[in-house]
Amino acid sequence: MRVGIVCPYDWSAPGGVKAHVRDLADALIEMGHEVSVLAPSEGDELDEPYVVSAGKPVAVPYNGSVARVNFGVVAAARVRKWVKEGQFDVVHVHEPASPTIAVLTCWVSDGPLVATWHSSQDRSRAMSAAYYILQTAMEKIDGRIAVSEKARQTLVENVGGDAVLIPNGVACRNFEKPDLLEGFPRTGPTLLFLGRIDEPRKGLPILLEALRAVVEVHPDLLLLVAGPGDNEEVQEELGPELAERVAFLGLISEAEKVAAFKSADIYIAPNTGGESFGIVLLESMAAGTPVIASDIEAFSLVLENGSAGALFENENPKSLSNSIIDLLDDPIEQGRLIEEGIRRAFEFDWSSVARDVVRVYESVIQPGVKVQADFSGQFLGRISGRSE
Amino acid sequence: MIWWILGFLALALFALYLSITAGRLDRLHHRVETALASLDAQLLRRSAAVLDVASSGLVDPASSLVLADAAIAARNQPGDPRDRVVEESAVSAALNLMLGSCDDVAALSATPRGAQLCDALSGSVHRTAMSRRFYNDAVRACKAVRSKRLVRLFRLAGSAPWPVTVEMDDSIPEGFRGR
Repeated sequence: MRVGIVCPYDWSAPGGVKAHVRDLADALIEMGHEVSVLAPSEGDELDEPYVVSAGKPVAVPYNGSVARVNFGVVAAARVRKWVKEGQFDVVHVHEPASPTIAVLTCWVSDGPLVATWHSSQDRSRAMSAAYYILQTAMEKIDGRIAVSEKARQTLVENVGGDAVLIPNGVACRNFEKPDLLEGFPRTGPTLLFLGRIDEPRKGLPILLEALRAVVEVHPDLLLLVAGPGDNEEVQEELGPELAERVAFLGLISEAEKVAAFKSADIYIAPNTGGESFGIVLLESMAAGTPVIASDIEAFSLVLENGSAGALFENENPKSLSNSIIDLLDDPIEQGRLIEEGIRRAFEFDWSSVARDVVRVYESVIQPGVKVQADFSGQFLGRISGRSE
Repeated sequence: MIWWILGFLALALFALYLSITAGRLDRLHHRVETALASLDAQLLRRSAAVLDVASSGLVDPASSLVLADAAIAARNQPGDPRDRVVEESAVSAALNLMLGSCDDVAALSATPRGAQLCDALSGSVHRTAMSRRFYNDAVRACKAVRSKRLVRLFRLAGSAPWPVTVEMDDSIPEGFRGR
């Protein structure tokens, strides 16, 4: 099958949607499909040979943050060229309801079209204002996918219709590299926290509170805190008894994240809510690092109610410190969680996610039909088509 | 004079709107048709896969009989998927009954031939459910445009039949979930 995938966000910058597209493309290629990815990118030199640049991205304020995307006449021309030359059996766009090349692709292509909704957002005014235009592009999509129940809700509320749910995958083999962080292995147990420091929802305050009880039993313990945010305020609150026991790594790269998992004995996810899925938990499990997580719904589901990782009572530091101490003192349980974790992570490996995505492709492609560049249905298209 | 021009402009814009909507509707009807054809193809592939399992000799004779009976009834029913929802639902029911549990599926896929049949069947069961969802989605989008007052007033849909959804049981048997 020839598949064309459109990533709306800057390929040269890290990001969730970009990582999703890259992992999906890799998994599809491994299955024997031909893949071309169209994405905006800063430079022309890209690591992945299958990526075609849609031009330089510009920073656009959208939906409360800044997105690095590209659109406009030049981008539209590139999209058309890519669709025309691609001879795709199916085109798969990501985040179609955004002001990016994703919606442009929907607009200019005619033929089997699949779209994946990633983010959950409330219905915006911009979306209501541009509803008619957006709707005419969305109507062309034959198969809709949502990565989470929340993303599906967003789709239902904003554009109507339904979607099949295919959760994000984990590229398990990326988490098999044995490299450790500098200075590791060390003596004494190591814990890991990932996420924004100054976002209470990520639960760092709860973990620090729990840590006070843990260091009494394990004075040689070290907590690695990896994630962006201002750590000065947190450092002040640590006090003398914790100051030496917490190390701030700042924002880390994908490779450093794997090394951080490998260097830690336990990964802690004290998130208090707002998580739709626990992809980081699965990454830790794939790296062979046992997980202790709050018992919010998304995490309980991923950890199979505690059989693939330990759960503690949400927002309860006492419960968390007990869980940490119990697990550190029980090497047999640690071994069991490592084994169960790897098994569970592989259930969400990209190979099985890609298999489900291919089923979506198979149910929309038509024998002998390729995706065509098409502007004819649109008034603007008719004008620009004539000027060609 | 100015009113004449404004009136003319308004008329032109209105005509443009109608033209765009007609184009949009045409595309939506096309999408409904292709989605229906896809669903038809997936259902046929599913009943073929069920027949393959029934005639493989890998399941017990009673199960074979029930599966084959449902699959043949669905294949013999003329018309498109809208005309055979009862028969196709019966195929789903037979599958749920005979290969519903994880143990059933595990037993069948114990042999290489059985595993092959299971994979084929699992694939078409999932694709059937997706196809129907996508078809119903297309119908919903089409209906939303067709029920607009102007569309009805100016008969923009022409003689195209009013689209109807396909409502049938296509639940995925437990043994095939996550496969």
